[in-house]
Amino acid sequence: MLRSGAEILWECLVREGVDVIFGIPGGAIMPAFDMLTQFPIHHVLTRHEQGAAHMADGYARATGKVGVAVATSGPGATNLVTGIATAMMDSSPIVCITGQVVSNLIGGDAFQEVDVTGITLPITKHNFLVTRASEVAQTVREAFYIARSGRPGPVLIDFCKDAQVEKAKFIYPEKIDLAGYHPPICPGQADLQNAAEMISKAERPLILAGQGLKISSAAEELKQLAITANIPVAMTILGLGVFPASDPLSLGMMGMHGEAYCNLAIQNADLIIALGMRFDDRVTGNLRTYAPRAKKIHIEIDPAEVHKNVTVDLPLVGDLKATLTQLLPLIKPKSNSNWMATIEDWRNESQMRDILSQPKNGKLYTAQVIGEIWEATHDEVIVTTGVGQHQMWSAQYYRAERPNQFITSGGAGTMGFGLPSGIGAWFSNRQGEVWVIDGDGSFQMTQAELSTAIQENANVKVAIMNNSYLGMVRQWQEFFFESRYVGTPLRGPDFAMIAAAHGIPARRVTRHDEVQSAIEFARTTPGPVLLDFRVVKEDAVYPMVPTGAALDEMIRRPIPTTDEFSPIDVEKVAA
Amino acid sequence: MQHTLIALVENKPGVLNRVASLFRRRNFNIESLNVGRTEKPEISRMTIVVDSQYNKASQVEANLYKLVNVIDVQDLTNQPAVSRDLALIKVKVHPDQRAEVANLASIFRGKIVDVAEETVIVEVTGTEDKIESLVELLRPLGILEMVRTGNVAMMRGNSSGIRHTPGANGHENLEAEN
Ligand SMILES: Cc1ncc(C[n+]2csc(CCOP(=O)(O)OP(=O)(O)O)c2C)c(N)n1
Ligand SMILES: [Mg+2]
Repeated sequence: MLRSGAEILWECLVREGVDVIFGIPGGAIMPAFDMLTQFPIHHVLTRHEQGAAHMADGYARATGKVGVAVATSGPGATNLVTGIATAMMDSSPIVCITGQVVSNLIGGDAFQEVDVTGITLPITKHNFLVTRASEVAQTVREAFYIARSGRPGPVLIDFCKDAQVEKAKFIYPEKIDLAGYHPPICPGQADLQNAAEMISKAERPLILAGQGLKISSAAEELKQLAITANIPVAMTILGLGVFPASDPLSLGMMGMHGEAYCNLAIQNADLIIALGMRFDDRVTGNLRTYAPRAKKIHIEIDPAEVHKNVTVDLPLVGDLKATLTQLLPLIKPKSNSNWMATIEDWRNESQMRDILSQPKNGKLYTAQVIGEIWEATHDEVIVTTGVGQHQMWSAQYYRAERPNQFITSGGAGTMGFGLPSGIGAWFSNRQGEVWVIDGDGSFQMTQAELSTAIQENANVKVAIMNNSYLGMVRQWQEFFFESRYVGTPLRGPDFAMIAAAHGIPARRVTRHDEVQSAIEFARTTPGPVLLDFRVVKEDAVYPMVPTGAALDEMIRRPIPTTDEFSPIDVEKVAA
Repeated sequence: MQHTLIALVENKPGVLNRVASLFRRRNFNIESLNVGRTEKPEISRMTIVVDSQYNKASQVEANLYKLVNVIDVQDLTNQPAVSRDLALIKVKVHPDQRAEVANLASIFRGKIVDVAEETVIVEVTGTEDKIESLVELLRPLGILEMVRTGNVAMMRGNSSGIRHTPGANGHENLEAEN
């Protein structure tokens, strides 16, 4: 039977299990949209293609399945770019489908022609240009397979308008044979024996848990490894949730804004077991002084990550679940009791400095607001964030319990990620509830998606940590540029009125004693709700490892000495 | 130190661009890159010379593997291999110097492939070192133009064919996955 390229596209998507796509139509993709009504796929109309890519990304991170974004040629496609780069940096499986001009016009600067495969070459795992309907089925099949397998990532299909209309025989490729693409499965037995021996000999072992564990669905195996051999677990920001924050072995987030006890553990460990993480500079601090006492095992699916930033003693290239499953039987129970006691001491000291341990002074601190959101929602909701101080406080105080619960732009640090990724994540479970913990700056970058949220009646609660600053940049200016606040004061709109204009219920919160009832209000009101938290303006995220410093050279939150607790007295900290 | 890598790639449009883009993106400096056909029409062969520490070269290799269109990568450094560069060198010569140039060329098993009133073109094939030496000898006469292909290389002996990705001890079974 002959079918159009457009029909073949949607048929293949349905067979991949796709039931929702995010995007905006336009000339070069219209034939494809025209066929969409005949397939059980729901199209979410976004207000900007960046939003579409982030929604696909949020959906992918919440489900582990491939998210799909669709855009027209030219500006539609280029608007996807930030979202694609974000997905690339965080190994998120999305497939972007863009319209392209008629194939024989390519290269001629036709209306809305842009070299999209060229532009996205370095920010996709792979991309395709489809010029014939007969290529569609094979291409879509390969695109989805490449996106989700091995180390996942974004794949783009640039789809010429004539190929959407052209008819071809529909043959669904049952098998894929990509000559040059074979994701690794599992390292050899000898290496596993070595790893087990290193673990059994270690006195101060530490697991660094990254997002690879989530991708590989290896949370259970991680738990067994940690509990059997009593190994504390530090997480990268993307790893948060892969090990429950409530477990006593959890050390929370590592790195620039990691807990002090976590970073101290890294610097003092004698064995580091890095699982599905890539030693990003935000995680290591100064590489020359990084984890100097530790032998290092690195289990990672991407051979190009091995020895990239940190030279390790034992690299094991392979899928984490498969590798850990084979490693676990070789692991003997241990107590590491001295090491655990040392870490407990560090942890208690951190506890003392923790802002949540300080007496309430009536002011609204972001960390407290996030702490209260966590108290109210625990492991019931998915949380997404923007980028900045509120993101770091979310990582610290939203104590994620489940692997796909905490969704944030880690590698790219893309402001504007919060709301659209939250909407996308909601589509993973339409009975569920999503909290977008956003900054006033980040929120305004993709604020237009509020109208997508209300059009879809997405159960997304937007909590803006409104400090009237590009806060994280302001903090850097305060610490490292003698408080010259250039380009960071932010006069925002009245966010509650913006919400109201969309028909979205909203509340403004200025005092600490209003927080709980506002959260309650958001949770009991169905559909999107916006909360505008007017938080302390010049607060700072602690601890902080300045760029270039060793991981244990942290700027700490000062221990309060007077009732008037001032959280940003850097002079005192430096002294 | 120089590393010579062989990459077998799918002969498809844009593949050279992907490889070149990778080098730029990862900040890998390449000395030379040569692309040509192979015994199989659907496969092209690249010979890539990079100057780097060992670690960096292994990074180049691992990153090349990540390209979906790259089928196999071999590092020929420290392996028994034949490697050849071909040069065409146009030299400015008086008619009475032609014999001298021809002599020099023949010492290097090169030959003169074009003669004009004031110039000759010397063709020579060999290792890069060998060509370098001839170039130095011809330079005083006046080199007007030169082109070199860059290294092409091949492992000696029986070894051939396509290996697996480093670290890959099995292949994902697609049927099992679906
Ligand atoms: C798209 C983008 N532009 C600029 C930056 C640089 N940047 C990092 S954090 C930040 C401030 C974020 O402000 P806001 O969203 O209000 O969060 P806050 O730090 O105040 O909590 C900026 C501008 C970025 N990460 N992303
Ligand atoms: Mg702000």
